[in-house]
Amino acid sequence: MSRRIGDVILEVDDLHTYCFTSYGVVKAVDGVSFSLRQGETLGIVGESGSGKTMTALSLLRLAPRPTARIVKGSIRLGGEELLTKSEREMRAIRGRRISMILQDPQTSLNPVFTIGNQLIEAIKIHHPDGHRSLVRRAIDGLKQVRVAAPERRVADYPHQISGGMKQRVVGAIAISCEPRVLIADEPTTSLDVTIQAQYLRLLREIQQATNLGLIFITHDFGIVAKMCDRVMVMYAGRAVETGSVRDIFNRPSHPYTQALLNSVPSMDDDIARLYSIAGQPPTLWDLPEGCRFAPRCPHADDRCRHEYPRAFSVGEGHTADCWRLEKEWTPRPFSASTG
Amino acid sequence: MQRFIAKRALQSLLAIWVMSLIVFTLVRVTGNPLDVMLPLEAGPEDYARVSKHWGLDQPVYVQYAIFLGKAVQGDFGNSWKWHGHSAMGLVWQRLPATLQLAGFALLVSVVIALPVGVLSAVMKGTVWDTVAKVIALLGQSLPAFWLGIVLMWIFAVNLGWFPTSGRGGIQYMILPAITLGWFQVAAIMRLVRSSMLEVLDSEFVKLSRIKGLAEWKVVWKHCLRNAAIAPLTFFAIIAGVLMTGSVVTESVFSWPGTGLLVVDAVRARDFQVVQAVVIVFAGIFILTNLLVDILYAYLDPRIRYQ
Ligand SMILES: Nc1ncnc2c1ncn2[C@@H]1O[C@H](COP(=O)(O)OP(=O)(O)OP(=O)(O)O)[C@@H](O)[C@H]1O
Ligand code: SF4
Ligand SMILES: [Mg+2]
Repeated sequence: MSRRIGDVILEVDDLHTYCFTSYGVVKAVDGVSFSLRQGETLGIVGESGSGKTMTALSLLRLAPRPTARIVKGSIRLGGEELLTKSEREMRAIRGRRISMILQDPQTSLNPVFTIGNQLIEAIKIHHPDGHRSLVRRAIDGLKQVRVAAPERRVADYPHQISGGMKQRVVGAIAISCEPRVLIADEPTTSLDVTIQAQYLRLLREIQQATNLGLIFITHDFGIVAKMCDRVMVMYAGRAVETGSVRDIFNRPSHPYTQALLNSVPSMDDDIARLYSIAGQPPTLWDLPEGCRFAPRCPHADDRCRHEYPRAFSVGEGHTADCWRLEKEWTPRPFSASTG
Repeated sequence: MQRFIAKRALQSLLAIWVMSLIVFTLVRVTGNPLDVMLPLEAGPEDYARVSKHWGLDQPVYVQYAIFLGKAVQGDFGNSWKWHGHSAMGLVWQRLPATLQLAGFALLVSVVIALPVGVLSAVMKGTVWDTVAKVIALLGQSLPAFWLGIVLMWIFAVNLGWFPTSGRGGIQYMILPAITLGWFQVAAIMRLVRSSMLEVLDSEFVKLSRIKGLAEWKVVWKHCLRNAAIAPLTFFAIIAGVLMTGSVVTESVFSWPGTGLLVVDAVRARDFQVVQAVVIVFAGIFILTNLLVDILYAYLDPRIRYQ
């Protein structure tokens, strides 16, 4: 079976998710737009706190309540608007049509229930069935993620299995109802390199078998290069650059993307070079007026500090929010930028 | 699991032995029982005679050896105050009343505190949560004897809804049980709330929502069992609090239990009865702890499989 990139399955437009806290409004996601096709892998990269997880949770309408609220935007899954759905309708969609693997596999399983119990629960929500056939499906699910001796594993508790195995079980739960979109939120940060590689291979295989759209959140450009078709770079709640993996690597157009790529240790060098980006990301409840990257940008000028840059198209399906591109490139016709 | 229980049982016996040593010493520091037992005009020869009769003329360690030797057979000697009754006999006679009251108080407090604690965590920051917090604060700052007297004054004396004292049908139990359980309601509620908040924030709760699970199932299946583990430790303490609390509550409401018994026995310097009550209380306390440990292991597989 080979992967085939098909129709657009998910469209996110001008998504705003704010956290209403006692110290102010945290603009965790502040106008993000992207789309995802079947069989396609979209990478979301960005520093810690840039809003990657919040974007992902918003897609499931699970941004932490009551603090976080989606205040604006549109999320269309298979053409249907999710933001107007009732909570009950959303429950039928979660797990079944869009699913997610959380950041930390070690704590994603409930310690007081067996693996079988938690996997069966996931299947039963969308496919109510007799206990025996549910158990059989659970065992099949574990086989699909290459868990050895699945018949015995179903009776195990999470603390009895290894971290890599837990990760697989969480994966099995996420795909148990054959979702069309799967979000993997830094699924490998807590695993060692070998297990990490195995897990990535497994995700690819699952994607090939089911042709699902995969959103892959990570810090690691190395993994992006291996896993993704397209990349969205996030900075302070905004998508500052979006494009194909090749374009992003060959022609990074936003100074932030360039800085991020520079900070990746190069495999070819004897000595791994590591430029870290000077400065701190802005606090999200007190954002600078103009370009959010201006305080750290080597090219920032007066205009950057006062006016948020529009999105400029720098190639086929390749856009970036930066004033520097204005001279060379025309603005994208349907600019979604706000202040 | 068997080894775990055996080990805990052995520790329990040791604890009871230490307890016997403490209570044996303590009652003897409170004063000479003969001062209470004998009439004021009694002379030294009367003292000597009665002292010999009860074995109080022996050196203390001999007294302890005799006490211990008999105690392991369940014999705590005869009461000095209630003639013709063995100390243990009195305790057994009064214990059911205390257990009934304590059990009822515990039941009432769990039935109230658990749902209130869970809901105030789920609805954190709402009016409901604030109300629950106020109740908890009141519960932990009102002393039991004060609460008992106020309740009695309002509901028994003025309104006449409940009898003021004694033991009988369930109407006799309500006020003492509220007095005894009030503090527990507050404590359990706070514990359940805080551990519930912690669990609600965990990744596995998010995963169960991602699965599409209904919120009530997320709360009552995934959270409650995890959230119950921490407050469970407290149940062992509650057993102790209920027993010490019974002393006050039973005195206020003249509830004929071991609490009232021990108060009377202390006043009369009736060593034998005091010793019997304290050892039985210690036994119950330790047994509860053991049960809690076993329950723990049942709730948390990480302990069961160690
Ligand atoms: N419950 C909350 N209340 C207030 N602010 C929040 C809350 N949750 C997240 N945030 C803020 O939202 C912003 C985005 O957080 P998010 O978790 O999406 O970052 P991230 O890109 O996933 O980072 P990481 O790489 O560390 O996972 C952060 O600045 C964070 O401080
Ligand atoms: S708009 Fe200005 S400050 Fe922002 S990234 Fe471009 S050059 Fe730098
Ligand atoms: Mg994150």
